[in-house]
Amino acid sequence: MSATAQSESLRQWLESDAPQSRRQAVYGNVWRGFLAFVKNPAALAGLIIIGFLIFVAAAAPLLSFGHSPYEQDLTHRLAAPNVTHWFGTDELGRDIFSRVVYGARVTLTIVFLVSVVVAPIGLAVGTLAGFLGGAVDVVLMRITDIFLAFPRLVLALAFAAALGPGIENAVIAISLTAWPPYARIARAETATIAKSDFISAVTLQGASTARILLKHIVPLCLSSVIVRLTLDMAGIILTAAGLGFLGLGAQPPTAEWGAMVSAGREVILDQWWVATVPGIAIFIVSLGFNLLGDGLRDVFDPKSSS
Amino acid sequence: MSALLEVEKLNVTFPGRGGETRAVRDVSFTLGRERLGIVGESGSGKSTTGRAILGLLSGSARVSAQKLSLAGQDLRDLPEPEWRKLRGKRITMVMQDPKYSLNPVKNVGWQVEEPLRLHLRTSRADARKRALAMLEAVQIRDPELVYQLYPHQLSGGMGQRVMIAMMLIAEPDLLIADEPTSALDVTVQNEVLRILDKLVQDRGMGLIFISHNLTIVSSFCDRVLVMYGGKVVEECGASELSKATHPYTRALIASVPLLTEPRAQLATVTRDPAWLT
Repeated sequence: MSATAQSESLRQWLESDAPQSRRQAVYGNVWRGFLAFVKNPAALAGLIIIGFLIFVAAAAPLLSFGHSPYEQDLTHRLAAPNVTHWFGTDELGRDIFSRVVYGARVTLTIVFLVSVVVAPIGLAVGTLAGFLGGAVDVVLMRITDIFLAFPRLVLALAFAAALGPGIENAVIAISLTAWPPYARIARAETATIAKSDFISAVTLQGASTARILLKHIVPLCLSSVIVRLTLDMAGIILTAAGLGFLGLGAQPPTAEWGAMVSAGREVILDQWWVATVPGIAIFIVSLGFNLLGDGLRDVFDPKSSS
Repeated sequence: MSALLEVEKLNVTFPGRGGETRAVRDVSFTLGRERLGIVGESGSGKSTTGRAILGLLSGSARVSAQKLSLAGQDLRDLPEPEWRKLRGKRITMVMQDPKYSLNPVKNVGWQVEEPLRLHLRTSRADARKRALAMLEAVQIRDPELVYQLYPHQLSGGMGQRVMIAMMLIAEPDLLIADEPTSALDVTVQNEVLRILDKLVQDRGMGLIFISHNLTIVSSFCDRVLVMYGGKVVEECGASELSKATHPYTRALIASVPLLTEPRAQLATVTRDPAWLT
């Protein structure tokens, strides 16, 4: 009884039209943004999926219930899903459930590293091109065009092949192919911001170009880059899985979903679970990131709010 | 009176498809620690003159002058790093519309402190103290509150006062105010002007006040330059504006509506091409 009354009063406190303090107003705004986000069922589904993915990755040792993702048991190879092995075992008798669970870690690592590499490269190239204009703009944007002209997976394949297989190199390869759209977004935003009066105002206060770019233009480009990044994560996961499938991503015995699908391909007609389960994992996580990205765009983009 | 700013035969041309456009032609004036008004209609080269003095014109503009110096320092062909040291510290400019001249994602305090960080390397606590004092100087009632607000939470008049605070905090010698009140409500205009006037006088700064409002300029400045088509057609003391001799100035004065003399039709300016030669 008292618990419900307490949560009721908290809600009233958050939704108050006349906040008593600035802190209350700020919390109220966050709460309203959260409500708007949650009202969109697709976005909420995305948020739950990604939240679940992070939970699974963090709690992988607990969730695999004593099974190691690397422990081989050749007497029980290619076992169908059963009580001990919920998703069956693969061609070396390893528990597929624990491998899928540990695969979440690999996937999250790749997604995180690629985002950390790609956003700064895109922002640097885009804001420089947009702000300086002229020859710098032409050269940087033509380089961007060249990278855009290659099919993403093929270019990543070429880089991964040149650098050698492995997760780190897959991250570098994916990053090298994923930055051009960010450079374009940042450039378009910068070009409009650079003409605005507040940039002239900082210029005439004596700020250097580097300072204007870092302190005044980048913060304004950031929100659209973040939205684009969440929408792009599905693509990053698919490219990573594709590289893994082709044997150029994570190397055995690492549990990586793409490589697991690839291993299951040989036995797909008789032992469907080996390839299907990691495939479903890839599908659900990509979907989750897409839904989350769409939801974030609706919340962040002032033009689309009604 | 020692000259703070000396401008002699300043020319600005913009290359265009149909040949060059001469935006500013042979403008000369000197400025001490006084208030100089520049009036003229749209396109008469007022703002371009102001921006040329700050070296802020876009790359396509060609600026030439026989003399352009700030307290003896030659501003012609000054390399960019030198300019950066001058801007904000020695010369600044208050721009027209506070809605567009403040960064929407940074709070007021951060923006007011920016010149201190750029030029004086003051410590954070010190910068905050000075920013709050400056906000108080532009008559913002609750500086602590306004310090953490974002530009969209300010009214126009408040925004312009923040802008003034931001431009004057590093105590420059020369302020160029480019139509600082045109975007504001008439009732707020006077208040902002009073604040600007007080700060300029207290600190003994030079002020170039660019406006198309004859009434404001004549009541607010010491001296007035009247510009037409990029040329200075007349220079006179603000109090003597009513005795101006140039036909363009006379026509401008005649076209100001008066409450005491209702007229069915306002006077318009008949232009004489000879004014430009």
